[in-house]
Amino acid sequence: MKEVLEGSHAVSEAVRLARTKVISAYPITPQTHIVEALSEYCANGSMDAKFICVESEHSAMASCIGAASAGVRTFTASSSHGLALMHELLHWAAGARLPIVMAEVNRALGPGWNIWMDQSDSLSQRDTGWIQLYCETAQEVLDTTLQAYRLAEIVNLPVMVVLDAFFLSHTYEPVDIPDQASVDRFLPSFVPRITLDQQNPNAIGQMAPPAFYMEMRHSIQMAMQSVLEHFIDVEREFETVFGRTYGPITPFACDDAESIFVMAGTSASTCRQAVKTLRDKGHKVGVIKLKMFRPFPYQHIRKCLEQTKKVIVLDRNCSFGPGGIFAQELRAAMYASEQHPQIFSYISGLGGRDVTVDHFLEIFDRTEKADHPENESVWIGLNP
Amino acid sequence: MSKTSQETISGCIMSSKYPSTDYIMPGHVACPGCGAVIAMKFALQALGPKTILVIPACCWAVVAGVHPQTSLKMPVLHTAFATSGAAASGVRAALDMKGDTETTVVAWAGDGGTFDIGFQSLSGACERNENFLYVCYDNEAYMNTGVQRSSATPYGAQTTTTPKNAWKSHRKKNIIDAMAAHRIPYAATVNIAYPDDLMRKFRKAKEIQGTRFIHAYASCPTGWRIPSDKAVAISRLAVQTNLFPLYEVENGTDYTINYQGNRPVEEYLKIQGRFKHLTENDHAEIQEMVNEDWRILNGKAS
Repeated sequence: MKEVLEGSHAVSEAVRLARTKVISAYPITPQTHIVEALSEYCANGSMDAKFICVESEHSAMASCIGAASAGVRTFTASSSHGLALMHELLHWAAGARLPIVMAEVNRALGPGWNIWMDQSDSLSQRDTGWIQLYCETAQEVLDTTLQAYRLAEIVNLPVMVVLDAFFLSHTYEPVDIPDQASVDRFLPSFVPRITLDQQNPNAIGQMAPPAFYMEMRHSIQMAMQSVLEHFIDVEREFETVFGRTYGPITPFACDDAESIFVMAGTSASTCRQAVKTLRDKGHKVGVIKLKMFRPFPYQHIRKCLEQTKKVIVLDRNCSFGPGGIFAQELRAAMYASEQHPQIFSYISGLGGRDVTVDHFLEIFDRTEKADHPENESVWIGLNP
Repeated sequence: MSKTSQETISGCIMSSKYPSTDYIMPGHVACPGCGAVIAMKFALQALGPKTILVIPACCWAVVAGVHPQTSLKMPVLHTAFATSGAAASGVRAALDMKGDTETTVVAWAGDGGTFDIGFQSLSGACERNENFLYVCYDNEAYMNTGVQRSSATPYGAQTTTTPKNAWKSHRKKNIIDAMAAHRIPYAATVNIAYPDDLMRKFRKAKEIQGTRFIHAYASCPTGWRIPSDKAVAISRLAVQTNLFPLYEVENGTDYTINYQGNRPVEEYLKIQGRFKHLTENDHAEIQEMVNEDWRILNGKAS
């Protein structure tokens, strides 16, 4: 059934359809609409779940960890400072191999206080052991949240479903909301790998000395390395039931492209518009939308980029010093490739500043004229 | 006249009154004379097997066993330092959703994890009146990390972060008053030297719905610099000097004092290495503080 939904509510709908049992969250703009809707569902009985109104994001993740350890499907949502406050427990959730799903609405970190779109919050959590999936449309948000539960419960790792602040979280789009029976077919009841059980008492998350710790971490790495393969299977099953698929990356006009833009999130839509304009002028240019950031889909990226000459990366984030984070990942990905396209790194759209078609045209023009990438990421759209 | 109930209080263990089942296995790695282990032993005997423990970073995070062993015959969720209240809330919520209303969820945290870093999470859980039992075993400093001061460390004590003449010059936080202010259904103090009182309170707490809080005095021979065979005797003195009164608070307002002590606090202070540096004047000052706290407590119970 198609309905016009806010991006945030696409998450809420998916969490309801997933028959999530425990939701624990703390408010932070621009994530609040997600959990407000879920509170409503719990209150009006359209969802059979317990909503814990915790006193911080740190406690939100801690209670998800408690509930998931006791063997039920859990959910939280956060943004920016809330996610940063959770940081310790993001490590804990992944280390405990708990299939927690979180919606992360990309928002800038202060100071100065800024509630708008920026990828620095989620990308700062890249080493916590969470799978990270970036979305572009409200439909993709709903679909990815359902897939996230399936994937998390196969590999026993937590998943962050990431969506742009306001551009996606507060924008209304037509969304096909699946019926419960179809979702139940795609996402069966949760069977936990290990749970707190009096019949078989065990200690979860206890002290692990040097003789054991390294193997535990290795098992997380093995699980993470298996994610891509499982994600493809999950997407295939999803497509069978719902007829939609996205892929770990979504290439557009890349087959003969001599230059390829790469980015995540809603700016991919804007970039496709710019690519159409450039194609009309005869430029061989394409765009890859990056959905999966952790684990990084190296094979897909290499296959798509190794024939091209220039890779143009747009980062709506900055690791102060090295610059754009996606650009660093792409350099690392392409280094092991036989072919080495040049990688041009651009930073724009921080703290909610618009990234327009004109910006992409400017970026393309600048890249076309350059023989080699500059050493540092180039900032686009700075005020003079 | 204060409201008191002394009839069940004795410092002796009447063997017939105690269950023979033990839920702690031999070979745990606590220090000799550890009061926190004695507290856990009696607590679990009172609570019985339908219990899930949530343990944050604290001595018990180690005592409960290093992978792949466990010293407890109960499921244990180890959780991050500041999270006991929230993690226990999550476990409770999951059990409720699974239809298990019988299991008692017990958060078992030290004083650092309760008075300090875990206080926000605990306060949040109390305000929501989460249905679990929170136990703070209080050894009055960060013992697991090597005896650093906490806000449960008493006035006058030396620790590794309040060393020598810089001994702690701030009073211990009154955690029961803080809990009572949340108007939770039950808060009580217990002491390992009074096991019958301890077990009665754990059994009582088990039957109450909502957030229950037990403040368990747990002597620490290592951190307090006392002989391990004096762990219980010194604990008893804490009650008999009114330094750690045994009392209960129902619904945040209804105070019952379980024991009236009358011994001078000096007897308690003089036999512990952590208080060795204190002068007679310091003893007198601490006696005044104890008297004042005791008057306030009796006022609440009257």
